[in-house]
Amino acid sequence: MTQPVFVYSDDLLNYKFSNNHPFNPLRLKLTYELLKTSGILSDDQIVKPRKATDEEIALVHSEEYIHAVKQAGEGTLPETQAANYGLGTEDTPIFSNMHDSSAWLAGATLTAVENVFEGNAKQALSLGGGLHHGFRGKASGFCIYNDSSIAIEYMKQKYNARVLYIDTDAHHGDGVQWAFYDDPNVCTFSIHETGRYLFPGTGNVSEKGAGRGYGLSFNIPVDAFTEDDSWIPILEKAIDEIARFFKPDVIISQNGVDAHYWDPLTHLSVTMKSYKKIPQLVKNAAHKHAEGRWIAVGGGGYDIWRVVPRAWSLIWAEMNGIDLKGPLPKEWLVKWQSRSPVDLAKKWEDSEDLYTPIPRKQEICDKNQLMLTRALQHIRNEQRSV
Amino acid sequence: MKVEAVMNREVITISEKATIENGLKCMKEHRIRHLPVVTEKDKLVGIVSDRDLIDWKSSNGDTTIAQIGSVMTEDVITAHPREFIEELLSIFYDERIGSIPVVENEQVVGIMTERDMLYTLIQLTGAHQPSSQIEVQVENVSGQLAEVTAVIKKHKVNITSVLVYPEQTDQKKVLVLRVQTMNPQTIIESLRAEGYNVIWPAIPGEKV
Ligand SMILES: [Zn+2]
Repeated sequence: MTQPVFVYSDDLLNYKFSNNHPFNPLRLKLTYELLKTSGILSDDQIVKPRKATDEEIALVHSEEYIHAVKQAGEGTLPETQAANYGLGTEDTPIFSNMHDSSAWLAGATLTAVENVFEGNAKQALSLGGGLHHGFRGKASGFCIYNDSSIAIEYMKQKYNARVLYIDTDAHHGDGVQWAFYDDPNVCTFSIHETGRYLFPGTGNVSEKGAGRGYGLSFNIPVDAFTEDDSWIPILEKAIDEIARFFKPDVIISQNGVDAHYWDPLTHLSVTMKSYKKIPQLVKNAAHKHAEGRWIAVGGGGYDIWRVVPRAWSLIWAEMNGIDLKGPLPKEWLVKWQSRSPVDLAKKWEDSEDLYTPIPRKQEICDKNQLMLTRALQHIRNEQRSV
Repeated sequence: MKVEAVMNREVITISEKATIENGLKCMKEHRIRHLPVVTEKDKLVGIVSDRDLIDWKSSNGDTTIAQIGSVMTEDVITAHPREFIEELLSIFYDERIGSIPVVENEQVVGIMTERDMLYTLIQLTGAHQPSSQIEVQVENVSGQLAEVTAVIKKHKVNITSVLVYPEQTDQKKVLVLRVQTMNPQTIIESLRAEGYNVIWPAIPGEKV
């Protein structure tokens, strides 16, 4: 009953645009095998995902768009129409059966939700999910169906839940934010590298929600080159204060791990220290404010060899109260080193000299701190006036 | 871009015969700071700001009798719907005003506030659409933009906006492009291979 569940099957490995696209589902398999060889994932904890139905996908996406994705996957969507749906672009190229592969990912996150709300588990991990850029009628930033948005709407409708969404991907969680921007029952929080250069460009601290959802959208954009020393204390404060303020029934966390120093798509300097801390912070908040209910999904992460398997394994370890440290299992290293273009990391921790010290570190810290203050200002004011 | 494409069409106006009290109430209710003043036939005859009314109130007191017509500014700066927003921008800058009524055939058909203007600028920079930003420093000679965009075209990536920033010296310009991709790395590599200086997130204080 209290044992967490891990949603996984090979059906999730087919969400693949092409061989040289940065989004590579092999990272799921790498993580799965790392957990297996570490001996912390037993077969009875694994739940097979199901495929999301069209009706479930339509909780968030337009029927027109779903139809276009189906057509694209069958090779019958005219090129001129594809562009309107964000399909056939460099970011989201068309691939065979793309509707089915995307529906499996959305279904996996729904499987996690059902396990938590039907009482099988308090916590569930669905690493195939976390496609936070998907919009109602448009694919964007490698994302076709927005599994988290679908799961949130599903939890609202089926279980009448108030949902807190926490997004620690290096990119702004724009798709989820805009889907619930005026919703009083959904609170979204995203910390990310500033959109000054980085995709998608939104996620400004002034984006606070609209209408009845005003004040329930939180954004902390941090500067390029932000390190653990700034990233962690900011998250510590933000997650605790937002969860205390919103009082959710459940937390869903998006665990993109592309803020890592090694990630090729972003410019942050976060290390494994942060990826150990984030699940701890979310789990604590879930226990303090949401009766322990926590659904974790994956997300971005483009150093699939050195970063993603280790960082994602730490989420599962935290769900199980296990402290992973020291060397990685030999068996895993031996099996995958021959296929990796880079030297695999040998330990759970990153070495202290991962990168050369960043000058003006204090300046970056101070600026990030200011963003935190601005993001939480309205709830801190409210607290003071109570 | 024409004013009519971006102006706010739901204009709240006030009659010249309304009282100052009415004016203050109206601004509070609609959370606005400027009211175009009109005649019974909806002809524009003036404008009042919250500042005008508050100043009047603090020096004269009774706001229930005096009419808006007696405190309004009659010499109103207006815009035409077919005007270009660039012209409006310089009016906002030169005249230091917060709001410009848009008038056609003596009727108020829209209004542009400083806030509307800012939002339009955000749209012009392309920052409201999912995209990454690339900045390229180029020599101030003709043909540079065409060459840079030709490199991007090869990657089949949409450009959502282009701005040209002046540099401190006349010899250089900065092209600011927003491109519709989460992975601009390959474009940046191509540009660098062609010898362009791509400006990328820089450690604060470091020269780019
Ligand atoms: Zn990301």
